[in-house]
Amino acid sequence: MQKKKLFSFHVDLDMFIPATDKEKEYLVQMRPSSTFFKDGIKRLYKNKVAFISLIVIILITLSSIILPVFWPYAYEDQLGVQPGKPVDASFKNLKPFEYGSTEQEAIEAGEKVFPHIFGTDSAGRDYCIRVIYGTRVSLAVGFFASIIVLIIGTLIGSVSGYFGGKVDLFIMRFVDIIYSLPDMLLVILLSTVFKMTLNPILEGTPLERVGGNIISLFIVFALLYWVSMCRLIRGQILSLREQEYVLSAKANGAKGGWIIRKHLIPNCISVVIISAALQIPSAIFTESYLSFLGLGVNAPMPSLGSLASEALNGLSSYPYRLVIPAIVISLIVLSLNLFGDGLRDAFDPKLNN
Amino acid sequence: MNSKTILYIIKRGLLALFTVWVVITVTFFVMHAVPGGPFVGEKATTPAVQAAMEAKYGLDKPVSEQYGTYLKDIITRFDFGPSLKQRGRSVVDIIFDGMKTSIKLGLIAAAVSTVIGVALGAVAALRRNRFIDRVIMVITTAFVSMPSFIMGSFLLALFAIKLQLLPANGSTPPGLILPIITLALYPMAYITRLTRSSMLDVLGQDYIRTAKAKGVSSKNIIFGHALKNSLIPVLTYLGPMLAYIVTGSLIVEQIFAVPGIGRVFVSSITNRDYPMIMGTTIILATLIVVMNLVTDILYKIVDPRISFE
Repeated sequence: MQKKKLFSFHVDLDMFIPATDKEKEYLVQMRPSSTFFKDGIKRLYKNKVAFISLIVIILITLSSIILPVFWPYAYEDQLGVQPGKPVDASFKNLKPFEYGSTEQEAIEAGEKVFPHIFGTDSAGRDYCIRVIYGTRVSLAVGFFASIIVLIIGTLIGSVSGYFGGKVDLFIMRFVDIIYSLPDMLLVILLSTVFKMTLNPILEGTPLERVGGNIISLFIVFALLYWVSMCRLIRGQILSLREQEYVLSAKANGAKGGWIIRKHLIPNCISVVIISAALQIPSAIFTESYLSFLGLGVNAPMPSLGSLASEALNGLSSYPYRLVIPAIVISLIVLSLNLFGDGLRDAFDPKLNN
Repeated sequence: MNSKTILYIIKRGLLALFTVWVVITVTFFVMHAVPGGPFVGEKATTPAVQAAMEAKYGLDKPVSEQYGTYLKDIITRFDFGPSLKQRGRSVVDIIFDGMKTSIKLGLIAAAVSTVIGVALGAVAALRRNRFIDRVIMVITTAFVSMPSFIMGSFLLALFAIKLQLLPANGSTPPGLILPIITLALYPMAYITRLTRSSMLDVLGQDYIRTAKAKGVSSKNIIFGHALKNSLIPVLTYLGPMLAYIVTGSLIVEQIFAVPGIGRVFVSSITNRDYPMIMGTTIILATLIVVMNLVTDILYKIVDPRISFE
């Protein structure tokens, strides 16, 4: 073939030969393109440990919500205490599957009495329903605390990352200071103070049942724990804005809304969800820690931490009263942690190593 | 040390100082926001007696003036005022009394967890995906997911009550064994995982392959190259570990009746001993802030790759 001159306008006909069938095959879509979310779910599904953890979490959550509806005893019912009659002490401190005096009579008369699977506590309350209800309280505390952290952290973090400059500098110095505060000590201090301040205010309102301690725990989380989420979001937004694919989308004429919907949110959301998921066990930990110090939920409402701390007094006679909430709490925290790790592996493949 | 390092140290130091001031201020104003004041719960007080008591402790003055005196006393004389419930003793006296036991407890727990954690982590990394690695990872995962009070209660139930091997009361030296184990387990598990992952990272580096190619013995590679370099992330954990041990000791000292600062703190919360709560919070917080500062500085000095901003 004649060598082509450098600046010649001569058209090279070889470039206009119709594509062969083999070449056309390259353009055929073998299967529908998978979205980012579908990809992540697929990877998560393959991760057995994370999947089992998810099932455990769902089972625990569902049973803590559904079981109290059907349970014949309520968590605050002191069995054996009836108005106008002397207290029936036979209901107190029952071992598992034992019955109080009137229940014994009812069984002998041929009636069916729902068993006390884990016995009763020192005030004659069915222990199994207390554990179930305590699980519900602990899970709810963890869930709402992490939602609060998520909202505040995302809001401030995205403002900081989006505006940059002086706003960013100011917010980040503020975050630095809160970050270096010893969180646990302040949690204890603030809970102590809120407990004394909030309880009189809440008297008579529907929030009284929840108790000043739990509300103070939420306030403390809102005040102190949003900083790591904020840092994370800010870093994400800062780095994502500079990515080549954002530049390429812009060069192709994409509008701001498209970039945010198609590039920034999908790449950011996984990190947000993962750290929110990992926040739940830490909130449950904190709640149980505070309950153990007597700064948790108001009696008679149980939480897993307060159940464990009550059980310490009768540890030598009733060790199972400590073991049961301990197992539940460890199971929840363990499966949430494993699930969070699985989520991270599935949705953030960049971190995989 | 170049000027950048020194500048960094000064900057971090100022931030730490500022943090301590924030803690003092927050603690002071938060405690004074509690309605009723510290003497409301006292038995047999007439308004006259209460006024006299408040005058004695300076509580009748405006809050801003009280704050000024409080801050001045801390800075000039390291004085946190008298305890309200243990009459005749100052807060600093009580805290230092408790500190003696708590520091012993905390330091031993920190040392034990670091040594065992690093050793286990190194073993797990060198035997990656073998049986021993799996066992170590499963056990440490379990330890990391268990709150310290549950761990402590279990150990108490098993070793002190069931087997009666060790005393349940932590006021004697053998009684400190269980509290130390309780405190050390979580950081130990954490350090194990940290060492394992950083060691795996280091073992994949080029200089390890070079050393192997040169014919350096595996003992020298492990101790001379791999272990040394994989300890840097562990160093960063020292600050958080101290914070964990301080807050963990509140629980552990409660469970095992150790006469330390944690028990002082918890009982001052239940007694509403305001100056004690403030004093303990401030001193413990300062301890944590200083330890974090030291860790940060050490980290930057040890690893020259980290830039000073």
